[in-house]
Amino acid sequence: MKRKTQKPKEVAPRQESLTRRDFLKGASVAVSSGLLITEGHAATPSPEPEPVAGPGPVPIILKVNGKPHKLNLEPRVTLLDALRNYLDLTGAKKVCDRGVCGACTVLLDGKPVYACNLLAIQAEEHDIVTVEGLSHDGQLHPVMAAFVENDAQQCGFCTPGFVVACKAFLDKHPDPTFDEVEEGLGGNLCRCGTYVGVRQAVLEAAKSMKGGKANA
Amino acid sequence: MPKCKYDWPEAGERKLIGQRTSRVDGPAKTSGKAKYTYDVNLPGMLFGKILRSPYAHAKITALDTSAAESMPGVKAVRKIQDVGKEIQWAGDEIVAVAAESEEIARDALDKIKIEFEQLPHLVNEEDLSKAGEHAKAAGSEKAGDPDKAFSDPDVVISEGYYGIAVITHCCLETHGSVAEWTDPDTLKTYFSTQSVSGLPGEIGEALRQAGIDVKNNNIETICQYMGGGFGSKFSPDRWGIENARLAKIAGKPVKLLLERDMDLEVAGARPSSYAKIKVAAKKDGTIVAWQSDSWGTGGPAGATMPPLPYVFTGIPNKLTHHTSVSTNTGPARAWRAPTHPQAALLTMGALEDLAAKLNMDPLEFFSKNADLAGERAEVYRQELRKAAELIDWEKNWHPRGHQTPSHIKHGLGISLHTWGGRGHNSNCNVNIHPDGSVEVSLGSQDLGTGTRTVINIVAAETLGLPLEAITVNIGDSKYPADGASGGSTTVGGVSASTRRGCVDALDQLFAAVAPSLGVPADQLIAAGGKIQAKADSSKSLTWKQACAKLGVKTIQVTGKHPGPCSLGSSGVGGVEMADVSVDTETGIVMINKMVCAQDCGLIIDMKTAESQCYGAMIMGISYALFEQKIMDDATGRMLNPNMEFYKLAGIGDIGELVVHMMTGPGYDERGTIGLGEPPVISPGAAISNAVANAIGVRVPTLPITPEKVLAALEKGGVA
Repeated sequence: MKRKTQKPKEVAPRQESLTRRDFLKGASVAVSSGLLITEGHAATPSPEPEPVAGPGPVPIILKVNGKPHKLNLEPRVTLLDALRNYLDLTGAKKVCDRGVCGACTVLLDGKPVYACNLLAIQAEEHDIVTVEGLSHDGQLHPVMAAFVENDAQQCGFCTPGFVVACKAFLDKHPDPTFDEVEEGLGGNLCRCGTYVGVRQAVLEAAKSMKGGKANA
Repeated sequence: MPKCKYDWPEAGERKLIGQRTSRVDGPAKTSGKAKYTYDVNLPGMLFGKILRSPYAHAKITALDTSAAESMPGVKAVRKIQDVGKEIQWAGDEIVAVAAESEEIARDALDKIKIEFEQLPHLVNEEDLSKAGEHAKAAGSEKAGDPDKAFSDPDVVISEGYYGIAVITHCCLETHGSVAEWTDPDTLKTYFSTQSVSGLPGEIGEALRQAGIDVKNNNIETICQYMGGGFGSKFSPDRWGIENARLAKIAGKPVKLLLERDMDLEVAGARPSSYAKIKVAAKKDGTIVAWQSDSWGTGGPAGATMPPLPYVFTGIPNKLTHHTSVSTNTGPARAWRAPTHPQAALLTMGALEDLAAKLNMDPLEFFSKNADLAGERAEVYRQELRKAAELIDWEKNWHPRGHQTPSHIKHGLGISLHTWGGRGHNSNCNVNIHPDGSVEVSLGSQDLGTGTRTVINIVAAETLGLPLEAITVNIGDSKYPADGASGGSTTVGGVSASTRRGCVDALDQLFAAVAPSLGVPADQLIAAGGKIQAKADSSKSLTWKQACAKLGVKTIQVTGKHPGPCSLGSSGVGGVEMADVSVDTETGIVMINKMVCAQDCGLIIDMKTAESQCYGAMIMGISYALFEQKIMDDATGRMLNPNMEFYKLAGIGDIGELVVHMMTGPGYDERGTIGLGEPPVISPGAAISNAVANAIGVRVPTLPITPEKVLAALEKGGVA
């Protein structure tokens, strides 16, 4: 694996999302059962030979929720596994593990990404924020409060991913329409069927966050 | 009726029951603090993985795990099935390993050498003619004289083919556990389970059979939060037992949660149902006869007949035959309202086709025949009226086949459903401490339905305290035994045991404070955080002052269900209607709106009750339009064991959803009845009927994919 950091794309709508397998294929155009993937999502091969990391563990530093963490990880460890298995940050959930469902959504330099779809070494030198980094001193983030009020959760396993995706969505669309909510959150899946509450929660959170309030 | 001691408070006296309370564990879940089984990380914990059969039917002829065993970082390797064993479905467990990291565990599986002798398999059952000896007659029932009824020249007969494919549960948290032997004969196990109290016994039995001497009382099961079950997580499963054995061998805790592909392929399946159905009605619409030849599979054990005809059980002349097909696929598990969604699709589809043949409005047709539903006929009539009002049936319905020049056809459909939902056995331990703190403890679990919230509401209501004054302990087998959460039995069980326990505990508190208030204990009430005289509110003590009178003695009471006074019952109706648009050029079905009119007796928390209905409708949209476990005849494997191609409905697929809970006189006095299953039964049938109404032809099977819509239009309809 070439050790090169790159800017991952914002979480794509569901139909456009990539599997990790596709990601690792590099820049070649991947066609998987009718889904044409054409965007420059993956690493562009460099003409220069680059240092190769691994396959054994390599030292890396991940900056998560404002704090640097020194880790020794095999290059194949995903950002999600690094957060969950090595840093005990379990708010991001492992569900599809293939960049489809959004339960592992975290912010990378403020943009939402699927943590299962990135290698930890690719997240080095980026600011990573997990759901744990969105609430401070026991105060719920306004998105979380709106989720509670509108019962936008049942089992709750998709909920942290939704919360992070909503926060990022509202950063970009502070005054969203109903249609924008449905499109913008199409990259997260729920099995219990909480979308009615989620739609309402996002619109309500947008209102409560007006005026730059507490959108930490 | 005379008031019974534990009865629910009268409508005017309820402070919390029936209100819209936000779920009490919402903040923990939204903030990521809630620890699910998958999130448990213990010091020194290993990771477990399982080698599985790539073949649907095969015999193991060679197995060598030595290379895996000698890998650095591998701490335990266990052959679950060895040479000579016959595998009955792809994905069956063969070897379990535990290693220091997930990566090493995965590498270890690659090092295992295994050979198979492949055997013939059957993985698809819709074409019954290919099932051969996998198909077995599985029952026939007859009532009245169906032959005579169908040969009456004055009846209108409709015949059709209907079906619903095998789908999988796809819980977002996969199945699995974390097992830790805290000493050589004591097992602590974190489990994603619907049966916290039941698991220690099942695990103990399995381990003893494996030669591990452990007593049930030395096994603890913990499940504080769980990421979905839907009926698939009652058993410890072989992988759960194997995980405890890996932990025993390694001497370290092991986490073993299934990978997504295996969870979809082996840890969830709702049986299919297909049927050729003939129904007859008089020209005035009165249904007189039913005949069905049904079949389906639920894996190696086949599938039993759904309850046919569904809801309209009073059809006087009936003949049913069922064939069970065993297949080499992962075994079926209970799926939310077992057999009912299938029965609804088959019955409501066939009856709606009959209504179309009679040129009757199905709303009128179903209302007219409601008496065939027996004792709940009037409930159905009320729910049909309510649902029709919410979807504006009168304005939006048209006869079958939308007559419009547009390629977007619009249609409405109906389905009715029923469920039991009587409360299960439950024990609630109530502690009132001298410092005023209160704990209620039950070995129950919250699947996301709101169990924790319901218990909290009942305790707070009964003790006259705010929600925050109560500590609710669930999700641990060390608490008093409670039933598994299945069949919509939890709310009835836990609400009744909590009510009885809190009433009895309060009696003891009244007795302790009566002397100092100078009021007889039976003249005291608890309200607004105080204990006061019924007749004179000036004679009162705050909750804290009252509890201080206990001295050093904590009140400890166990409330039970079943028990005295009727606090719940069983049997609900429910009506759903769907409004869809079908694009006859692409075959895509869009949900415009769905409505649900649902009864469930006395509602404890309106907010989470409505969420059950919204969620069920969305899950229903998902299985109506998208979900199918697609099995490959050639390889015997599931072709879509991932969330990219095993499709779930997304936030943009659901349209407008409206829920109306039937409450008030006639409903509240029935006490609590479960709600998890009923609203998930009807969506498939309502959507199928709406599509038929839109395009003028039946798409026979679910899921209603664009391909099937276009194929149906080839045969007729209004493209």
